[in-house]
Amino acid sequence: MILLREILAKYPKEEEYLIEILLEYQTSKKNHYISEKDVNEISKHLDIPESQICSVISFYSLLSMVPKGRYVVQVCHDVPCFVNEAQSIYDKLVEILGIEDGETTEDNLFTLEITECLGCCNEAPAMRINEKVYTGLTPTKVEKLILDLRGEIK
Amino acid sequence: MVNFKINNVEITAEDNTTILQAARKYHIDIPTLCNYPDLSIKSECRVCVVELQGQKKLFTSCSTIAREGMVVNTNSPKVLNARKTILELILANHDANCTACPKNLNCELQTLANKLGIDKNRFPTVLEVKPIDNSNPVLVRNINRCIKCGRCIDVCKNVQSMSVLDIMGRSKDAEITPAFGKYLSDESCTYCGQCSSVCPVGAIIEKDDTDQVWEALNNPNLHVIVQVAPAVRVSLGEELGMGPGSIVTEKIVSALKYLGFDAVYDTDFTADLTIIEEGNELIDRITNGGTLPMMTSCCPGWINFAEQRYPEILDHISSCKSPQQMFGALAKSYYPEKMNMDPSDVFVVSIMPCTAKKYEAQRKEMRIDNVNPDVDVVLTTRELGKMIRQMGINFENIQEVPFDKPFGITTGAAAIFGASGGVMEAALRTVYEVVNKEELVDINFASVRGLEGIKEAEVELGGQKVKVAVAHTLANAKILCEQVKAGTSPYTFIEIMTCPGGCIGGGGQPYGTTTEIREKRIAAIYQVDQDMAIRKSHENPDIKALYDEYLEKPLGQKSHHLLHTHYHSRNK
Amino acid sequence: MIEMKVVSKRFGKINPLSIDSYIKSEGYQALEKAVSLHPTKIIEEIEKSKIRGRGGAGFPAHIKVRALSQESGQKFIVCNADEGEPGNFKDRMLMENDPHAILEGMIIIAYATGADRGYIYIRGEYQNAIKIMRATIKSAEENRFLGNNILDRGFNFNIEIRSGAGSYVCGEEFSMIESIEGKPGRSRTKPPFPTEKGIHNKPTLINNVETFANFPHIILNGGAKFAKIGTPSSTGTKLISLSGNVKNKGLYEVPFGTSIRDVIFTLGKGVKNNRAIKMVQLGGASGPIIPEYMLDMSIDFDRFETFDSKTGTGAIIVIDDRFDIFDILLINMKFFVYQSCGKCTPCREGHTQIVNLINKFINHRASEKDLMSLENLANVIQQTSLCGLGQTSMTSIISSLRYFRDDFFAKVRY
Repeated sequence: MILLREILAKYPKEEEYLIEILLEYQTSKKNHYISEKDVNEISKHLDIPESQICSVISFYSLLSMVPKGRYVVQVCHDVPCFVNEAQSIYDKLVEILGIEDGETTEDNLFTLEITECLGCCNEAPAMRINEKVYTGLTPTKVEKLILDLRGEIK
Repeated sequence: MVNFKINNVEITAEDNTTILQAARKYHIDIPTLCNYPDLSIKSECRVCVVELQGQKKLFTSCSTIAREGMVVNTNSPKVLNARKTILELILANHDANCTACPKNLNCELQTLANKLGIDKNRFPTVLEVKPIDNSNPVLVRNINRCIKCGRCIDVCKNVQSMSVLDIMGRSKDAEITPAFGKYLSDESCTYCGQCSSVCPVGAIIEKDDTDQVWEALNNPNLHVIVQVAPAVRVSLGEELGMGPGSIVTEKIVSALKYLGFDAVYDTDFTADLTIIEEGNELIDRITNGGTLPMMTSCCPGWINFAEQRYPEILDHISSCKSPQQMFGALAKSYYPEKMNMDPSDVFVVSIMPCTAKKYEAQRKEMRIDNVNPDVDVVLTTRELGKMIRQMGINFENIQEVPFDKPFGITTGAAAIFGASGGVMEAALRTVYEVVNKEELVDINFASVRGLEGIKEAEVELGGQKVKVAVAHTLANAKILCEQVKAGTSPYTFIEIMTCPGGCIGGGGQPYGTTTEIREKRIAAIYQVDQDMAIRKSHENPDIKALYDEYLEKPLGQKSHHLLHTHYHSRNK
Repeated sequence: MIEMKVVSKRFGKINPLSIDSYIKSEGYQALEKAVSLHPTKIIEEIEKSKIRGRGGAGFPAHIKVRALSQESGQKFIVCNADEGEPGNFKDRMLMENDPHAILEGMIIIAYATGADRGYIYIRGEYQNAIKIMRATIKSAEENRFLGNNILDRGFNFNIEIRSGAGSYVCGEEFSMIESIEGKPGRSRTKPPFPTEKGIHNKPTLINNVETFANFPHIILNGGAKFAKIGTPSSTGTKLISLSGNVKNKGLYEVPFGTSIRDVIFTLGKGVKNNRAIKMVQLGGASGPIIPEYMLDMSIDFDRFETFDSKTGTGAIIVIDDRFDIFDILLINMKFFVYQSCGKCTPCREGHTQIVNLINKFINHRASEKDLMSLENLANVIQQTSLCGLGQTSMTSIISSLRYFRDDFFAKVRY
């Protein structure tokens, strides 16, 4: 587990690195979020008001102050994926995870989100799980992917 | 110079003038909404759009610099349509229940909608009602009325350096709230009320305590008295339709009596008292090696700021209560004794230009019996205006009546408390004469007057040159506090006021306060001073009598119990 | 043979992570040539090439470059790799397949303008591209193409990677600048423009990935030669992100002037299952939607300008007849609702109202008044929004009202 102060020490003490710090720290956390305590520490370190840090986190959709599941599953539903059966991918995920857009499974393993274009339209439909992007999806492939992830945990 | 046209009128303007600035000079009206004279240009509401010949897009006149040969149309069908559509969009995400809003008929959105002839909305409402922040004793935030103009954020961040509020989220979910979406609290907000002062609608308003006052006035068992702050006498007239800077002191007394107050007193009296106590405290610290620089303590917004952000310098602050609270303490001790009453029958109301005074009045330290607040209710200038309108009083033409006795005689030094630099000047008028034992020939300390952020003066006290400073707005207070914290402050005495211009620019003052209006109110305050018979606090015979009769001596035991207080850090 | 590989020439032919592989393939030769020329000569070549920005706006590149070179003091160069416009993946593929070309373009411009600091702003979802660009910068530094005293010519240039954090609007110039400064991506009023006051109020040049990738070719082969390709108003080649219901989705490079039909049928091999084309969206969510009979239109900035839109990203999204214009409009409009920064009224409040109106059409509950309202609101959003997002988001609505008007009338309830 990486401590926030270790990440803070890596960057110059300047406001312009706030987003880089937030992204790197959030990625290192299992539940992909930034807590009030974290905001407080960053505020003191960079001498930026807490309200401003909250403003930044709440602006960017990759940053969160709400805990998420271990795997954040984001399905693209923009036009190029939509016309390539993205709905069936989403429906399959709803079916096997038992949750809908914005929700997290009871065991805190998966959060499901509908997301914007991932820039993989040449291999639509696509989805993203944490840092990795998966393309050329079918409902079967998706099912296998989720099973594999579940298997990894055990 | 730039030559261009607006609505076929030839305009000549200086370089780097915006279309809006130029239009205003020529009395061409372009409606605005997010624009506010003393704050930064936001160009967010898009109401002030105009058409430029040859361009398909419309341009905001508040931010577009006029260029040579521009042809501007402020009222083309395209512009009028755009303006109307934008207003309808705002109204569709706004709690437009005007008759249930304190800003009804005093609301910039309402005025603009009326001006643009909007009597129906093509768009359905998309407002998602959120809970109201009613958690503190001073300010009520109703986010359902917010039009996201950003003025409150600007004043809190840039004028007050507090950054309590910011815009969270984006798109239609964008909301202006404190950090973590929490409610305003005394951990981070000083309750200065500047946000409420600049809000164009009813999204941030001071808590309405007039009901409590009506209840007290209608209670035959209570002896209800009221004190009026220095700044109110040059502001209430403006609230009731008279020009800014109208001096209406004795009209206020008359109106308050009409409302049913049993006695009307002047906070100026305890301002004089503050000078005696604080002046002696300063002399004591200078003589006996006490903590210096000493900092004034009559501004509750400043006290909140110091307790939150600079707890390490709290022992620099004078232990004197504010004039409001000194009055309250005397009103619950000396006054009932003198008038042969039970202190619990005395109900004290104060009229203040300030919102933070509402917080100050309910502080635990401000209860001489440790149970009941010394000041029961604080009303802002605006709230008093509301009560006067409710009673149908013709304020401008009301008969003038002097303040009641005791506490009847006050000085010019007390009156100038309402302006930034006033407390300092009042204190110097007294301290100079007490220390140097000679008459101060010119009692005007011009270098501490006016709207400059930090002002300085030098005075000779007992053969030594002493430097003093005056700051207003918390951004400037911060600069001086950093010096004090670091031990590098060159000053002996510092006056701090939270609000721009001092109390006359307070959070509870009439809406639409601009630099120009501040200057008029300030000029009026110094006029009041000039017109007073007595100009120095220590020459006030009623103050001398109070000490002889009751308090014994400045900084004495009784003074200590009634007129002094202490502070504590708010850090967790 | 309608394809012409210029910036995509090396794709699949080199190891993108090997600088040696790049150098062996004419890599950094343009830079070596550039540093032997006077900076004004470089700007002249760019002007001769008449190259226009490849990020969508199609602004003549030489104007920005010259403007930056005329400023003094600290200056910045930014490569816009935010690529948030739906339907676009050309910049991702450039970064993943020929990353050094992008750096080479940036270094040439740094030399020509006197900028010593650069950023590559890459959207946060492109983790792979971020890793590759980081490694590429390191390798360029190790080989002294970046850093101090580059090629012993006495000029310094250092590049930092900045990650986006999930905001489409940060692809807009000033929103990007705000984001680089560590703030929410809310745009600023223009003028002043970034070349006057950008990052920390210093002069800043922002160009798209593909624009930078073109500069080495212009320097190596000369601007006049570059200008011979394409059309008089749109010179050079364009990377086309072809997606949707075509058989061969993918990235293609064609000279400007090629018709859309050719791209779809010759390169894309037509529609899957040989269905009919209902509509094609150009550029992305902020681009026009055109009917099948307009597909002979050539890919050209001036032609796109007839749509009042900055559509020059080159994306072509083919949609077959299983889908309805409203399916597409709803997705696009919901996208803008979500991506609006919230600063200005027409964008923040207007897009929600547009979505409500589209839903009324979908549910057959729209009246003729709603049609007028939709048209009016779309125009007002386009005319009064603060930044490019609101100024272009209504293009698909306005073009649909023009070319698919019957579809709207079919859903109106009288």
